[in-house]
Amino acid sequence: MSASPLDQLRATYFEECAELLDSAYAQLNALHEGEGDGETIHALFRAIHSIKGGGGVFGFARIVALAHAMETLLDLMRDGAVPSDPARVMLVLRGADILADLLGAERSNGTVPGGVEDGLVADLAEALDGHGGPQAEAAPTDGPRTEAGWRIRFAPQPALYRNANDPLLLVRDLRRLGPVEVVADLSRLPALDAMDPEGAYCAWTFELTAAATLAQVEEVFEFVVDDCDMSIEPLGGAEVAAIVEADVPAEATAQAQAPARAEMAAQSVRVDVAKVDRLVNLVGELVINQSMLVQMGSTLPPEVCPGLIAGLETLSQHLRELQEGVMAIRTQPVKSVFGRMPRLVRELSAQLGKDIRLIVTGEGTEIDKTVVEQLADPLTHLLRNALDHGIETPEQRVAVGKPPQGTVLLSAEQRSGRIVIVLADDGRGIDRARVLARAKERGLVAPDASMTDSEIDELIFLPGFSTAAAVSSVSGRGVGMDVVRRNIQGLGGRIAIESVTGQGSRFILSLPLTLAVMDGLVVSVGEETYVVPITSIVESLRPRRADIHPLVGGGEVLAIRGAYIPLLKLGRHFGMHGAIDDPARGIVVIVETDSAGQLGVVVDELVGQQQIVVKSLESNYGRIGGVSGATILGNGRVALILDVAGLSGPGERLQRRTAPQAIALQ
Amino acid sequence: MQAIAHHQEPTTTAGTSRQLITCTLGSAEYGIEIMAVQEIKGWAATTSIPHAPSWIRGVINLRGVIVPILDLRARFGQPATEPTAMHVVVIVQAAGRTFGILVDAVSDIISVAPEDVRPVPEMSTSMEEKLLSGLVPLDRGMVALVSLDALVAMPEEAAQALAVSAPSVH
Repeated sequence: MSASPLDQLRATYFEECAELLDSAYAQLNALHEGEGDGETIHALFRAIHSIKGGGGVFGFARIVALAHAMETLLDLMRDGAVPSDPARVMLVLRGADILADLLGAERSNGTVPGGVEDGLVADLAEALDGHGGPQAEAAPTDGPRTEAGWRIRFAPQPALYRNANDPLLLVRDLRRLGPVEVVADLSRLPALDAMDPEGAYCAWTFELTAAATLAQVEEVFEFVVDDCDMSIEPLGGAEVAAIVEADVPAEATAQAQAPARAEMAAQSVRVDVAKVDRLVNLVGELVINQSMLVQMGSTLPPEVCPGLIAGLETLSQHLRELQEGVMAIRTQPVKSVFGRMPRLVRELSAQLGKDIRLIVTGEGTEIDKTVVEQLADPLTHLLRNALDHGIETPEQRVAVGKPPQGTVLLSAEQRSGRIVIVLADDGRGIDRARVLARAKERGLVAPDASMTDSEIDELIFLPGFSTAAAVSSVSGRGVGMDVVRRNIQGLGGRIAIESVTGQGSRFILSLPLTLAVMDGLVVSVGEETYVVPITSIVESLRPRRADIHPLVGGGEVLAIRGAYIPLLKLGRHFGMHGAIDDPARGIVVIVETDSAGQLGVVVDELVGQQQIVVKSLESNYGRIGGVSGATILGNGRVALILDVAGLSGPGERLQRRTAPQAIALQ
Repeated sequence: MQAIAHHQEPTTTAGTSRQLITCTLGSAEYGIEIMAVQEIKGWAATTSIPHAPSWIRGVINLRGVIVPILDLRARFGQPATEPTAMHVVVIVQAAGRTFGILVDAVSDIISVAPEDVRPVPEMSTSMEEKLLSGLVPLDRGMVALVSLDALVAMPEEAAQALAVSAPSVH
């Protein structure tokens, strides 16, 4: 069932394009902020050029045409023939956006309506300011030109061949400019027995007798210039003055350049995620094995095997490092999702008639690949909300004494084993009076409820809550923040909001570094062992009998610091035998759920806290209500992980609260 | 091994015969498609699963993979097996899942030609009809072919059945 070689090549091309576009966006944003220099445009040009090249191979005509138009403009900008003004940068940005769309469509075999890029291609051509293509003959900025021609000393390094370049092709390219005379320099050729078959010993001198510009000549060597020693000088006149780099021993030059090239080569290795997951699994197994060994080792008297304990300790240390190393393979910089946001801001602010600047920091922060992928939707949603509801129109901003341009700050940083992502805007903040009014109107809170500011802010996370007066295409369909919160919680994360009226809002997302490992509290219930995710635990306590109150409709609540928390007896809930049924004899673990507030889970005993490797239960069995997965404990036994949100879920309070509405609807 | 040679006799006529692992529940013999069998291991304690049908014994850790174990005896509506260290779990892969089948013992490997497989008689209870794909008469008795796909597909169906039947219990 494996994909055909061509399909694999295509897949590689699309992956590369995604990376190239990412880097192109980074350069473009730098240019947009006025931070770019010649190298920035050069890198941008190379990225677009590579996309074009690959696109040509697969026959993606529209991608090639658009990339070509962009490349032509970039080439002129690079040479300074046309200024790199914001308007042109914007054009290229739009080009990159459409390029991304076209690539996405090709990748998923979808289609983008024909002609979306035509206007842009025309605009790009117009921005050339009458300059022709990159081969513009008369461009005065194309560098010095000479009637006589050029002498090119060209000494390839081994890397040139390793990168699959062929000097012959270069000669052919050079010939297109005019007649070329080639003289081979074999002086460095060693004796046969001393020759490294993969070495590079030949050098050549090309004499091009044609009226070509230096830029044209350099273009021929554009892709090999890092892997060879070369010098270009005009024919006639200053012949002797030229310094020939090739005279320097090739080894020395190669060594000098090696670190720079090694740095470039170290960018990435493509590995199938399945392979990485297998590694993660195996390491997880090793960890379990190791803790079994430690358990066994601790039962032996130390004199039986003196080195054993010390050996086991070193083993666990190495294992922990190994585990961290393997987990790190799965991580990815958040850049891949942050990188999509500038485009969103551009498009939305144009659509909304607002002037908004997005500042992104910490995009190099790394987080588990799965988390990165699942972060895109909630982040997009939050950003849309910030742009639509948070930031005011320029007029409104000026009226309240703010600068007309709104600012949205998106940042990521690692903080004590978690990733904290903050999305802050300097907009109007949450209109608490309106939120409260809407919540009362919808029956989400009691009409006479008095709430603190932060409690009111929390209301926006309730299902079916939206304050948007008119439903716009941007946001405000009422399927909003509750979904965001659920997504974030699904990733084992938390979301909080801070808002100051008139000054803006901050959404703070705290996410685990990886989904594969988490901290859990191991508890025992009857004969079974369960794991409660630490992130959802508020506290655990042994309740006093006097604090437990039965409810009329069955069930019990625990009185704690003036609040009543419903109790859920895990043993009974899961139909287990031998579990403690009296909360006063067991332990209550108070957990935070998204839909039903706090819930006291009654268990028999706390066993301990440990890092666990999360395993799928669904792949071989299926979903179980109230259970999110499974893990393997030190003794090799399986323990189920509680899904706190699912425990309280549809079966409990939420249903009771929504039931009357459902009846009313019928 | 002699037993195997003995039972291969009926298959010499057909090229498309398939091999089965036979296992026992008491005196009854059941056949499992050998290509689906991943391994055979001794019984080890399981972790029970909430809200599971009675014939799901729970899950085990099979080298890092969580694998559910079903009790074949209970699956056929008989009282649950009382497993000992002598009991055997056949780990199989079917319908994209890996799961274990708890049986009393594994007895043999036999080859069966398609023409030797008799249909399950209609008079059988519907449960058996669903779970068996055929009967193979042998000299020493009969082997019932277990339909693995039917076994695997059960958890959801059973869960649904439970959900449907629960309110009707007065």
